Amino acid sequence: MKKDIILCGVGGQGILSIATIIGEAATKAGLYLKQAEVHGMSQRGGDVQSNLRLSTEPIWSDLIAEAGADLIISMEPMEAMRYLAYLNKEGRIVTSSKPFVNIPNYPDEEALQKELDTLPSIKLDIESVAKDCGNPRGANMVLLGMAAPIIGILSVENLREAIATVFARKGEQVVEANLKAFDAGVKAGA
Amino acid sequence: MKKLLLGDEAVALGAINAGLSGVYAYPGTPSTEITEYIQNHPLAKERGIHSRWCTNEKTAMEAALGMSYAGKRALVCMKHVGMNVCADAFVNSAITGVKGGLIVLAADDPSMHSSQNEQDSRFYAKFALVPCLEPSNQQEAYDMMAYGFDLSEKLGEPIVLRVVTRLAHSRAAVEVTEPKAEKPFSPSTDQWVLLPGIARKKYVALLEKQDAMKQASAESPYNKAESAVSKTGILACGIAYNYVKEALGNDANLVKISQYPLPEEKIKALAAKCDELLVIEDGQPVVEELVKGLLGAGYPVKGRLTGDLPRTGELTPDNVAKALGQATGAVFAPAKNMAARPPQLCQGCGHRDVYTALNQVLADYPEHRVFGDIGCYTLGALPPFQALSSCVDMGASITMAKGAADAGLFPSVAIIGDSTFTHSGMTGLLDAVNDKSNITVIISDNLTTGMTGGQDSAGTNKYEAICLGLGVEPEHVRVVVPLPKNMPEITQVIKEEIEYKGVSVIIPRRECIQTFARHARAKKQ
Repeated sequence: MKKDIILCGVGGQGILSIATIIGEAATKAGLYLKQAEVHGMSQRGGDVQSNLRLSTEPIWSDLIAEAGADLIISMEPMEAMRYLAYLNKEGRIVTSSKPFVNIPNYPDEEALQKELDTLPSIKLDIESVAKDCGNPRGANMVLLGMAAPIIGILSVENLREAIATVFARKGEQVVEANLKAFDAGVKAGA
Repeated sequence: MKKLLLGDEAVALGAINAGLSGVYAYPGTPSTEITEYIQNHPLAKERGIHSRWCTNEKTAMEAALGMSYAGKRALVCMKHVGMNVCADAFVNSAITGVKGGLIVLAADDPSMHSSQNEQDSRFYAKFALVPCLEPSNQQEAYDMMAYGFDLSEKLGEPIVLRVVTRLAHSRAAVEVTEPKAEKPFSPSTDQWVLLPGIARKKYVALLEKQDAMKQASAESPYNKAESAVSKTGILACGIAYNYVKEALGNDANLVKISQYPLPEEKIKALAAKCDELLVIEDGQPVVEELVKGLLGAGYPVKGRLTGDLPRTGELTPDNVAKALGQATGAVFAPAKNMAARPPQLCQGCGHRDVYTALNQVLADYPEHRVFGDIGCYTLGALPPFQALSSCVDMGASITMAKGAADAGLFPSVAIIGDSTFTHSGMTGLLDAVNDKSNITVIISDNLTTGMTGGQDSAGTNKYEAICLGLGVEPEHVRVVVPLPKNMPEITQVIKEEIEYKGVSVIIPRRECIQTFARHARAKKQ
């Protein structure tokens, strides 16, 4: 079994934290893993993505091929659609519904949402959900929660444990706040 | 024990565990994380392994050569264009030879994710007549450090280790070995004096080592043949091997190449049992050209030069699959509601205020040109500022402004970051002072090396002293604080210094907001 995931968003939105948590969970579960990240210039408010490949068998390529991704997890709705060429026939998109507008030519928002609805996608205002559960900086954990039941190769519980491990050094409170945001995402996505 | 490591981290840990005594580097994507990992590693701290950032790649290369001279293992890390900066020292280190193992790590950036060109460092290894290792994955990157140091000491030559962005910045599990002891302090007793009479002998000695280098490649565990039934033989270099295996699995008739000089016999053997060869390599067509020479004009060799693979850009599973006749293609059509999202300066960044002020003043001088440099502030070339006419290489802002001023340009303005200035701008400023050139130099000082993630900048707190020491007149070294509220003062200073007929330096100084936030968080915890 394998799962190829594209994580994407805008530089600074916290996609690397999501990647770290999935990576931790995959390592603990004994899966093979490759995770290609974007560092450097492209991080400054530009589009960013990470290719995450999980498998029960050894993995060769660090990059996902076109029509190869099972899942696109995106912190931003337009960014979710940037990688459509990589989505496979049965692939799914899990995305924040709220545009991050830092360019003058951002597309018409209504048309964008409509187009997103024609695709195999689920979307949610993850920032509001994060705020509602008292963790405004935990939108990425809400998103991970939404995607958790779809990831398949890892269980929701695997991911909860990984959140606890990754945030452990920041203290009990931070772990709890992130788990709460994650659980809210799981619930909202169901 | 298995550890999840970035390719860069695998290099770093591999070096530490191979008995490294010093890493010498200047930050540069995609190589930066190697030195950072060593700086933060407990064993490196305990052993006192040198890991402080250097002023540029040349000082780094020379210091590493000095450490090697003293008998210890040293690593130099840089992005590909850093090889140009240290080329004098690097090429001549092959003539002197080395004592302690010396690995020169060049991180190439095909597709120019964060660079101004896609030069291929394998050319440098060939140019200097030294071996090059090119790992295909994170495990090899780790293993090749101990292997490379041993090889370097055995041959008495530096070894180039070439990685590319997709390996440097990709994570995978790596089997980690126990750390070895450092090499003892034992300075060389040979003469490394490259006076012509000595250099001629040493050059002949280097040429005499070429057979041993070829032999090492022939016997290398990293160069191997895999057989299958196919008329096309594949030469899979570095990470290309992964894309070939992804597409063909065990049905590939190939030679995997991860150590140079080329394993010629393996390549000839593959050619003999096939009708044609397909060379798959990330970067420039280095091997493709060499193999054409090796096999002669009559033998068909395909690759980037023949258009079977794209001439520019990095390899991907898609362009490799296409070259192998296995392409799939997208299922979903491209989105209609889509726009490019280029990188930009952070909101609240001091460079923004500098460009706002500069554009405001220069609006009165339609003939002006601003020569840019390498760093976050290169983004001033893009909207909304569109302030720059050039960005070529580290330090070129000052010297190009000087040359253009020599030709009659006015106002001729240079903008350069603090770290780039100490890297390669100081010597150019001395030229301008000696020539009394009519230029205005802005050293936009954010107290860090921002673009690569906020590493220490070599000249922090020394900029005024450096400029004065180089001979800039004291009344024309001006310091301002780039904040919107100071706009009247900043524009006034810029205007005055443009009007001054000579070299003036303006230093807008305010900490990078990213490092500022990080320092604030660290204080809170």
